[in-house]
Amino acid sequence: MILVRRRAGGPPTGPARVARTRSHELSTGDRVLQWVSGVAATIPLAGLLFITIILVVWAIPAIIYSGFTVFTSDKFFIGSFYNPNFSSVNGIVAPYGASYGALTFIVGTLTSSLIALVLAVPISVGGVLMLSEWIPRRLEGPLSTFLELLAGIPSVVFGFWGLTVFGPFLGAHIFPALSHLGVILPFFKGSWAYNGQGLLTASLVLTLMIIPIIASTTRQLVKRVPVLASEGAMALGMTKYEMVRVVTIPYVRTGIIASALLGWGRALGETIAVLLIIGMANNPPVNIYGTTSTLASTIAADLDSAFSDGTGMAVRAMAMLGLLLLIMSLITNLTGRLVVRRISSEALPVGRGV
Amino acid sequence: MESRAPRFRHLKGSVFWIICGIALAAIIAPAVAVVVSVLVKAAPELKWSLLTNTTLNVQNPGLQNAILGTLVLSLGVVVVAGPIGILGGIYLAEFAPRRAGGFLRFFSEVLAGVPSIVIGLVAYTAFVEALHWGFSVLSAIIALSLLTLPYIVKTTEVSFSQVPRSLHEAAIALGLSKITTIRKVLLPPALPGIISGMVIALAISTGETAPLLYTAGFSDHNPTPGLFNNPIGYLTYVTYYYVGQPGARDQALASAAAGVTILLVLLLIFGGRAITARQRKMVARLDV
Repeated sequence: MILVRRRAGGPPTGPARVARTRSHELSTGDRVLQWVSGVAATIPLAGLLFITIILVVWAIPAIIYSGFTVFTSDKFFIGSFYNPNFSSVNGIVAPYGASYGALTFIVGTLTSSLIALVLAVPISVGGVLMLSEWIPRRLEGPLSTFLELLAGIPSVVFGFWGLTVFGPFLGAHIFPALSHLGVILPFFKGSWAYNGQGLLTASLVLTLMIIPIIASTTRQLVKRVPVLASEGAMALGMTKYEMVRVVTIPYVRTGIIASALLGWGRALGETIAVLLIIGMANNPPVNIYGTTSTLASTIAADLDSAFSDGTGMAVRAMAMLGLLLLIMSLITNLTGRLVVRRISSEALPVGRGV
Repeated sequence: MESRAPRFRHLKGSVFWIICGIALAAIIAPAVAVVVSVLVKAAPELKWSLLTNTTLNVQNPGLQNAILGTLVLSLGVVVVAGPIGILGGIYLAEFAPRRAGGFLRFFSEVLAGVPSIVIGLVAYTAFVEALHWGFSVLSAIIALSLLTLPYIVKTTEVSFSQVPRSLHEAAIALGLSKITTIRKVLLPPALPGIISGMVIALAISTGETAPLLYTAGFSDHNPTPGLFNNPIGYLTYVTYYYVGQPGARDQALASAAAGVTILLVLLLIFGGRAITARQRKMVARLDV
């Protein structure tokens, strides 16, 4: 037991790296290549810094204007541009009545992404275990293509499908059944949009979008479970389920946590699909089917009306929302990738898991 | 668990595996449902006129401007993100000191996790507004390049480090310079992997909407030369915009654009996969 319960780790896979030549042994041509490629390799980091700095600089006036009400107020109104009067707070001038409380969007972002996460983790892990333990190896390849298919579908196509096919289907057939749950869980009570637009539909589509991230990581790690440990478990007379519980799950647990964090980050920042499906109401959801908005979808939907603000504050408020979103996704991403550093980071996909 | 009755243990296992089976179905069924239902909706709208007319045509709108615009933007990604990403990957695989390499790799992957709308918003404030480029081809290409760069870096690095160690050693034994080693020894087996990374980067940029909304703008006309103050059309916007319009003709155009987008993206992704699979076989043969 002690042997099989050890932490996921194991020897590095793939050919070991060859010791690198020292720079004083390099020819001029080699040095040039080293420098040029070195500069190229820092550009992603530079891009990340650039994104952060631009957003912080751009958002500062909006942050001074709103103060802590960003987190406490659900009143987001970019002001009436045609009123000759202006609102002024802390020395910052904004259109009359402007208020940049982001509570609605923060709640919308967190609820939609967390519902998606809670559904996606068991589906991904269960599906992958089924695939690796019961499906014949001949069929495993073709079936895993469906994961790539899911990873490849563009956000706007998910949005289109959610708006025209999936949402109306849920609204007509599934939500009426779900509303019976309202007896036990009050947020399942109440009405929904006839075309299914709202929080739950958006969360379900987000679930589909983050399954590939979690499933592809789990799949790679499950393949690396030491054969000796799993066969040993079977030899001790365990059933397949007990073997999975005692050997496989402990081995892949860290990877699942890390990829779940990455998937969460992706769900937080998903824009177009959510924008088309969540209903874009400027209020927190009244029940689980209710319409609301997220940080990302609000930026995409409202930035063009923000252009016409003569004081420029509306665009800065959008930058503030962007900064909030960036901070959230950096937290999930950094934690996810730090957690996974202890196991091989190659199992973790970059971005959307294509 | 030995003390429990075997029947109970097997029952528990069966319940677990039934749930897992349902989970697998919950992955496969929606994947098929999305692709099939979008293609079924799009099929009646896929007419030749989609390729010859632009979205400007009110009677019989087409997608010519959007398809050409998407091609132009993809070409831009190849030109901008391609060389930077490939060089960066080469540095990480061949030159980088261990700690610095780990540091750069880590933040490149973190960049991949930045939401695409945030990249679009930053490109808008920095290029479109602060630098007065306006809605422009260049700001759109930069936004897409930032988005796809991490994938290209990662696939290049992985392709180089998958080249068998024996080839590295042979090159060192022959006293080849680093440049020659990379060009003549490592690049040929790594190339298919690098190309498949580029193809997947193209698939991503073809399917993205959020980073383009406020950088590319949109144009009902075909792309024209000019990097600045020159809005450009792209496929995903047509779906995004027209699906919200009430007319039957608008809805049809949205369906057609969604169908074309999904076909293009899937073609690119599975094309890229096929190249990777061939590379693996080739690399396996090279190892001595």
